[in-house]
Amino acid sequence: MKKHIWDSMKMLLAMTVLTGIIYPLAMTGIAQIVFPKQANGSMIRINGKLVGSSLIGQNFASDKYFWPRPSAVNYNPLPSGASNYGPTSDTLKELVEMRRNNFIRLNGLPSNTQVPPDMLYASGSGLDPDISPKAAELQIDRVAHARHFDAKEKRELVRLVKSHLEGPQLGFLGEPRVNVLMLNLALDTLGVTRK
Amino acid sequence: MFIATFGIFGMHDIVQIGVFLLALILLTPPLGAFMAKAVNGERNFLTPVLGGLEKWLYKICRIDPDCEMDWKSYLSAVIAFSLVGLVVLWLLQVTQAYLPLNPQHLPNVSWDLAFNTAVSFMTNTNWQSYAGETTLSYFVQMAGLTVHNFVSAAGGMAVLLALIRGITRKSTEGLGNFWADLVRMTLYVLLPLSVILALILVGQGTVQTLSGYAHATTLEGQKQVIAIGPAASQIAIKQLGTNGGGFFNTNSTHPFENPTPITNFFEMLSILLIASASVYTYGKMVGSPRQGWVIWGVMLAVFCVMLGVSLYSEYNFHPPYVSTPSMEGKETRFGVTNSILWETATTVTSNGSVNSMHDSLTPLSGLVALVNMMYGEVIFGGIGSGLASMLLFVLLTVFIAGLMVGRTPEYLGKKIEAYEVKMSVIGVLAPGVAILIFTAIASVTKVGLSALNNGGPHGLSEILYAFTSCAANNGSAFAGLSTNTVFYNITQGIDMLIGRFVPIVAYLAVAGSLANKKSVPPSAGTFPTDTALFGFLLIGVIIIVAALTFFPVLALGPIVEHFLMLAGKTF
Repeated sequence: MKKHIWDSMKMLLAMTVLTGIIYPLAMTGIAQIVFPKQANGSMIRINGKLVGSSLIGQNFASDKYFWPRPSAVNYNPLPSGASNYGPTSDTLKELVEMRRNNFIRLNGLPSNTQVPPDMLYASGSGLDPDISPKAAELQIDRVAHARHFDAKEKRELVRLVKSHLEGPQLGFLGEPRVNVLMLNLALDTLGVTRK
Repeated sequence: MFIATFGIFGMHDIVQIGVFLLALILLTPPLGAFMAKAVNGERNFLTPVLGGLEKWLYKICRIDPDCEMDWKSYLSAVIAFSLVGLVVLWLLQVTQAYLPLNPQHLPNVSWDLAFNTAVSFMTNTNWQSYAGETTLSYFVQMAGLTVHNFVSAAGGMAVLLALIRGITRKSTEGLGNFWADLVRMTLYVLLPLSVILALILVGQGTVQTLSGYAHATTLEGQKQVIAIGPAASQIAIKQLGTNGGGFFNTNSTHPFENPTPITNFFEMLSILLIASASVYTYGKMVGSPRQGWVIWGVMLAVFCVMLGVSLYSEYNFHPPYVSTPSMEGKETRFGVTNSILWETATTVTSNGSVNSMHDSLTPLSGLVALVNMMYGEVIFGGIGSGLASMLLFVLLTVFIAGLMVGRTPEYLGKKIEAYEVKMSVIGVLAPGVAILIFTAIASVTKVGLSALNNGGPHGLSEILYAFTSCAANNGSAFAGLSTNTVFYNITQGIDMLIGRFVPIVAYLAVAGSLANKKSVPPSAGTFPTDTALFGFLLIGVIIIVAALTFFPVLALGPIVEHFLMLAGKTF
């Protein structure tokens, strides 16, 4: 046993150097050279100022923007988190009913509208950057109204939302979705060119 | 105007599952054949690149890779290595404030959380009581957690190799050399695959940097601190090594850990890949690929049934106050199908990473996750340990079949006698005993109940899930349970140790005993173990053992919750 302990220490040290230091540092080096943008978090800068990451959702409360999914951590990434409410949770039931009512009321939708489930339920990470295409579609009227768009501008807005629609990757992987931050960034430039 | 999404299981979902299973089936034989060579020290296509490094490692550690170990010596090497790893990993965490690569100046980890995390990674469980981005420095993630992701997986494989050698060798004490097995598995299998996967991940958006967290000002003017770090290198081995401990708190739901459906596909494939390939390796090493394929077929069949049940529940059952499947705890880019496919893959293996929150799944989907772990992680299972546990079930099945036909049971030319059967039973039942005892204690004590996030039967499921996950060395969670308390950190630590080491003692004791035996040629009375009939018997034994042990507690947790949910009851 004593020899085994001694051998273990040497082996652990060797493995630490190899898999715990050389391997991650080498991967960092390669990643920083080959994929510098992705490796550093797909950050978005406007006029040199960091406004967020295209992969990390952020809060939008204003009527002028498309809203993201509910988040258990309010889009604060420190730390990421989910509600972890089960299907028989009282709190979840109340939250879902409240979110449904709010979504319908604040978007001025008919009261029998089927609200897509991504707007009723919080995501797993609390940082989900995407919403479903349906959830984006149902917000178009509200955004157009808040921005005082005329009919032509509203058609542009619809086109903008459509152009931000991502289908399944490679044609079959994953779900169709719309990245909220990217859409809202484009929305702001739409407003600028208008003026 | 836009395509509909969510809610209906259709062709799109079948294609995704089909392509996934096809990729797994196609990769299993080549990787399995490669592993059979590489882990046994035979020349392979990576030898010219890595052979020198392998020899150098033996040299600096002064280890003779050809020195054979008997089962007790092999076991003591496993335990010594685990013990040293445990102490070092604990020390790294409780001193991280004084160590380099800590750009967020995170304080030292508390002693009990550090114990839980150290046990968790050393035993290949990777339970997360910690939240990576607010608890652990980059240095601990790299030199601590990543290292154990490699060596705990390689250690599991080493123990399996010893068991296989016990079956194939005759009249000998030697089961191979633990250090050589550990080094070869790490160097030739885990490291190259990790490099490939890490690069795929980074290309898609997984972060890999040593910079500190980024401070952003959102479009609406709020401050957002975005946690980053050297994540891809750790996530790659976390998926491949059936580890599952996340770089970030929410594991592979986090967009930096699993940014796109493509990364999701490869991370999911990596969960099953090596465990699946090692069954092929087994067939090769015992000289009969059919023996491997029968076991593999059993694994795939159970996997598909469990997947089907979970998908059916998630798509069809929901509380009366909604009319669609739940997206609680799920990510938009993955949707329901990818979340459930991952859930099944991560719980049949001892991986335990998540891309959706299991706590928020429908009760019968949660039940599937629980039962997958309660089988003892034998459906593909943890690297090495999964197939090793499956082989204990194979021995039990051979024994029961022998009782039925009244012949001395034998497996691959080795007589199966009282000692092997006793050891197999101990190895198979120990985790179950630990699960039930600890769950019972937590369910009736204030300190256990105060951690709950959900009421009613779901609360029992949360506790049951925690101890099942730890004993099965899985590490996934009904994460609502607040387990970062002294009570849970310590009881779960013990639970993980029992779940890892009692079976390892059983594998190696069986291996030692079998290696000692002479080989008897098969006769007319030998029950063939490479047929579909044997496969069905094996499934029967696995289900009976899991069902008899756990049915009562499952009835009180997820099953009753299912009916209460349909009736609209909430807690």
